Amino acid sequence: MDPIYFLETIIKILVVLLVFSALAGFTTYIERKVLAFMQRRLGPVHVGPVGLLQILADGVKLFTKEDFVPQNANKPIFMIAPVITAATAFIAMSAIPFLPEFTIGNHTVTPIISDVNVGLLFVLGVMATGLYGPLLAGMASGNKWALLGGARTAIQLLSYEIVTGLSILAPLMLVGSLSLIDINNYQNGCVTDWLLWTQPVAFILFLIAGFAETNRTPFDLLEHEAEVIAGYATEYSGMRWGMFFIGEYANLFTISFLAALVFMGGFNDLWFIPGGIAIILKVMLLIFFFLWTRASWPHIRPDQLMWLCWKVLMPIAVINIIVTGLVIML
Amino acid sequence: MGAHIEEKETTQTVIESDGYMTVHDGKYPDSRWKEFTQVMSRTLKTELFGGLKITFKNMIDALFRNEMHTIRYPVEKLPISPRYRAVHKLLALLESGNNRCIGCGLCEKICIAKCIRMDTKIDENSRKEVSEYTINLGRCIFCGYCAEVCPELAIVHGGRYENASEQRAHFVLKDDLLTPLDFLKDQKEYTGFGAPSDDADAKIQKTPLAY
Ligand code: SF4
Ligand code: SF4
Repeated sequence: MDPIYFLETIIKILVVLLVFSALAGFTTYIERKVLAFMQRRLGPVHVGPVGLLQILADGVKLFTKEDFVPQNANKPIFMIAPVITAATAFIAMSAIPFLPEFTIGNHTVTPIISDVNVGLLFVLGVMATGLYGPLLAGMASGNKWALLGGARTAIQLLSYEIVTGLSILAPLMLVGSLSLIDINNYQNGCVTDWLLWTQPVAFILFLIAGFAETNRTPFDLLEHEAEVIAGYATEYSGMRWGMFFIGEYANLFTISFLAALVFMGGFNDLWFIPGGIAIILKVMLLIFFFLWTRASWPHIRPDQLMWLCWKVLMPIAVINIIVTGLVIML
Repeated sequence: MGAHIEEKETTQTVIESDGYMTVHDGKYPDSRWKEFTQVMSRTLKTELFGGLKITFKNMIDALFRNEMHTIRYPVEKLPISPRYRAVHKLLALLESGNNRCIGCGLCEKICIAKCIRMDTKIDENSRKEVSEYTINLGRCIFCGYCAEVCPELAIVHGGRYENASEQRAHFVLKDDLLTPLDFLKDQKEYTGFGAPSDDADAKIQKTPLAY
């Protein structure tokens, strides 16, 4: 294999790993700040200027905390479960084109680790295996709260996986390709070309299912603190706990990038804004929306969650696909 | 999203027989069709966006209209009422700077937690002098009896409420409590236990007899 290509891929992998691990920390900070302002509080202020070094302090805390493994836990599985969450979250990113192509010297860099022609399918598939992280953690912990959290993981992530898949099927039928770059190029006109306008229902369904798949409030029943302490993460401490959350935030970014790519024009230029900045703005907007909903909306009960998935979202997704199919045929 | 499948009211009678009442926040739908219309109306009412609007408004108010609820505690402090019973102070006589305490021992006697201890002796002028006066703040319940009973208004409650200490029982000695000579001019007179607070006028409401 071409050594330049090999080297480039390694560098890209490192950049993605580093950038998104750091972003996970930074997003916790942003999240705390945004939530604080929405509740008229200040959030972190004491460590560093406007509390910015809080990220560092949290990192130090996570790394130096005692790494606790309960006596009756299934030790190897307990120890490996957080790695699964973090790893799958990052593997899913390998097929996402984060930015448009750019050139350094006369070498063209494509900011995607691997442009597979089934990109979208790959991302969704790998994100779905992320289910094993919380599930195994919950089952291996030897703790009833964790077990309940694990059980909820199974029902929630499995169910919403279906809604994600179905909701994204309709735009795929329009584009006719699973490659995220093709999907992006399909919308290369201006705002009017966005799939958001032709597939609004799919977009809303995708956002709801995305919330559920990243365990974000109001769908964070797997670690619902008020009911099951911290669910699957009850017994975890230190960096193992941290890895779950790096995974969660990485998934948050993956879903935001997917939504931006599939529905909001991806990295195509937006009026005068160059594509690279446009997609970052879109992702930031989506992340803000994720935080905003967390501050505003209440939790739902597990039975409501299932009800919503199977009796509302799934039928709507199927109807959406049928309508799209009919429109394409006519 | 806001939809419910409410549990039907089967347990309600049992609950009510215990003297409890169930609170209804509306009528439960009793047929499939009503359930459906309830779901539809809740979905289309866009209440969720109302929630988003409220939090967004709060954020704007907090950021740009300075309506923040937090105070930066160690730097800023909330004003406390003059009647607040915090750590004790021993007041000094304004004329001489001497301790006002006459060593009568009433405070020691009344103290519920038995945390005041004082030693007295007869000094060279054949007058009673307080040689040691300690309060164990680890045991004090800040009931204020000592301040109330003191005939000389010598022991009062000050405004210092940050009592954190590495010692479980942190003794406070007379020297810590007594107003130092340099600060005598800042010493606030104690209006007496149970005195109205500064802003009492603003808080007073007319009694029915006044109408
Ligand atoms: S406040 Fe009450 S408990 Fe504390 S020293 Fe005075 S009398 Fe004793
Ligand atoms: S009651 Fe007052 S005067 Fe008497 S001993 Fe206590 S502090 Fe001194």
